[in-house]
Amino acid sequence: MKILICISNVPDTTTKIKFTGDSTEFDVAGVQWIINPWDELALTRALELKEKTNGKIEKISVVSVGLKTAEPTLRKALAIGADEAFRIDCEAKDSNSVAAQIAEVAKDYDIIMCGIEASDYNGSAVGGMLSEFLNIPSVSSVSNLDIENNDILISREIDGGAEILTTKIPFVAIVQKGIAIEPRIPSMRGIMMARKKPLNVVSPIEVENLTEFVSFELPPSKAACKMIDAENVKELVDLLHNEAKVI
Amino acid sequence: MNFNFTEEQEMIRQAARDYAERELIKDVLERDEKAEYPTQHIKNLSELGFLGMLVDPKYDGGGMDTVSYVLAMEEICKIDSSVGVIISVNNSLVCYGIENYGTEEQKEKYLKPLARGEKIGAFLLSEPEAGSDATHQRTTAEDKGDHYLLNGTKNWITNANSGSIYIVVAQTHPEKKHKGINVFIVEKDSPGISLGQHEDKMGMRSSDTHSVMFTDVKVPKENRIGEDGFGFKFAMKTLEGGRIGIASQALGIASGAFERSVNYAKERKAFGTELANHQAIAFKISDMAVKIEAARNFCLKAAWLKDQGKPFGVASAMAKQYAADIAMEVTTDAVQIHGGYGYVKEYHVERLMREAKLTQIYEGTSEIQKIVISRSILKG
Repeated sequence: MKILICISNVPDTTTKIKFTGDSTEFDVAGVQWIINPWDELALTRALELKEKTNGKIEKISVVSVGLKTAEPTLRKALAIGADEAFRIDCEAKDSNSVAAQIAEVAKDYDIIMCGIEASDYNGSAVGGMLSEFLNIPSVSSVSNLDIENNDILISREIDGGAEILTTKIPFVAIVQKGIAIEPRIPSMRGIMMARKKPLNVVSPIEVENLTEFVSFELPPSKAACKMIDAENVKELVDLLHNEAKVI
Repeated sequence: MNFNFTEEQEMIRQAARDYAERELIKDVLERDEKAEYPTQHIKNLSELGFLGMLVDPKYDGGGMDTVSYVLAMEEICKIDSSVGVIISVNNSLVCYGIENYGTEEQKEKYLKPLARGEKIGAFLLSEPEAGSDATHQRTTAEDKGDHYLLNGTKNWITNANSGSIYIVVAQTHPEKKHKGINVFIVEKDSPGISLGQHEDKMGMRSSDTHSVMFTDVKVPKENRIGEDGFGFKFAMKTLEGGRIGIASQALGIASGAFERSVNYAKERKAFGTELANHQAIAFKISDMAVKIEAARNFCLKAAWLKDQGKPFGVASAMAKQYAADIAMEVTTDAVQIHGGYGYVKEYHVERLMREAKLTQIYEGTSEIQKIVISRSILKG
């Protein structure tokens, strides 16, 4: 069995977001790039499954659509324990084009895992689109994925509980929090071995971008906090009623 | 000149930072309060390879360079320099000494488990009457043919209880003074070894420090490191590298206090505006940043020289003296910026200030570093 993890190269979650070019482009200056947290959890779960199933999973690969700047992120995935990486050599433009590019690499895999969204644009679309391109099933909001004997067992959260389902391989698992407890920290041995693991650069296919960014807006800055004297309940009620309009 | 780090160096820094911010932070205050050894953390960090990160992979080490080591030490010591010193002693004193000067048999038997972190090492040089003045060793190792007989007391030994492999410096030929000193690998469970009380330290309280007494301890002849009389040179050479570890530790303490101060200055308000908007605080932040940047460059230069196989003894002395001294200054300023909050434990900076003090004292006081530096300038 072979597993492919789709990895988005995203700004560190503490990045201060700025835009350039008249608010049409994200300013990448000084940004620290990381593996999208959901994708990192997917990779962690894949590694757990590989260890647990003792030889059943022959290979874990990672793939990302991005320029050379995405390579440190892929190298980290290799250091954490992936066996092989693919970088599709073009800029990630929109969900459709990313899914189309990944589909080219994903054909030979049995389980394809995507994070439920990427922490940069929160599109939540690549996983579903990818399964369409490949014409295989997809399961969304997967919070646990297991392999028992040769059966795939999936658990997904639903309102007030969970549902357990199974599917045939190949399929796309769109994973969310809970799929693994915590991402792994690469060990020295892993970092050293990552030097020798293949990081394949793949030429992109021709694909149309179906959407494009027109502009970005930052949320309005929070209004200053108003302090009201503890004795003055009337003023508090007035403000909640007339200004904040929450009561 | 190239100031860029490699992809691997960045990855190691990030791995150290992740572990510190995710795990060490959880119980650092409690371990400091109770002077409790970080058993589980050392086990985890061993599995990640930090305990033997500088050792050649053929001896089960991480095979990383000294620049990576500086980056890792800084990140770990921003949060927890007790864990930092355990890593530093094991890597840059014990593993380094055996790897560079030991026999193949010694490396096989002792270096490999140390590099894997399955065993922890301690470096026993200081004595009740020989701290900075390491030439006057009172501990003796008498040559008995097939073994040496070890007698004496060692003081201020980091990892004395948690460690199980000791590197012990002792006088074998008193008439030859420092040229009659030898160094031995001694297993802690050898008969005749006893530990003094756990030292109740001001800072770095989560690392264990004891005195160690030797009474007629038999040490096999094959456990001597190097030629007869090599001990003093061994100790000095090993400490040259050790200084990079402690300098990076001091750097980490300073930058940990600095990061907390910057965050606090941006959040805390006084006189109607954030502290950061008061020039008295802003200038302190600037002074701290300049000192830390200089200390970081000192540490990286010394590490780079070592990685290039060039002499690094003076560079590491400069790095240690400067980084330790500014760690004390920066942490004192950090407490000042935090005001009353800085003086209580919850805010971490008072602990960092207590920890900074030790970096000016151990592995060669700041004054000893000045002797090393000035002699290198003035000799001949």
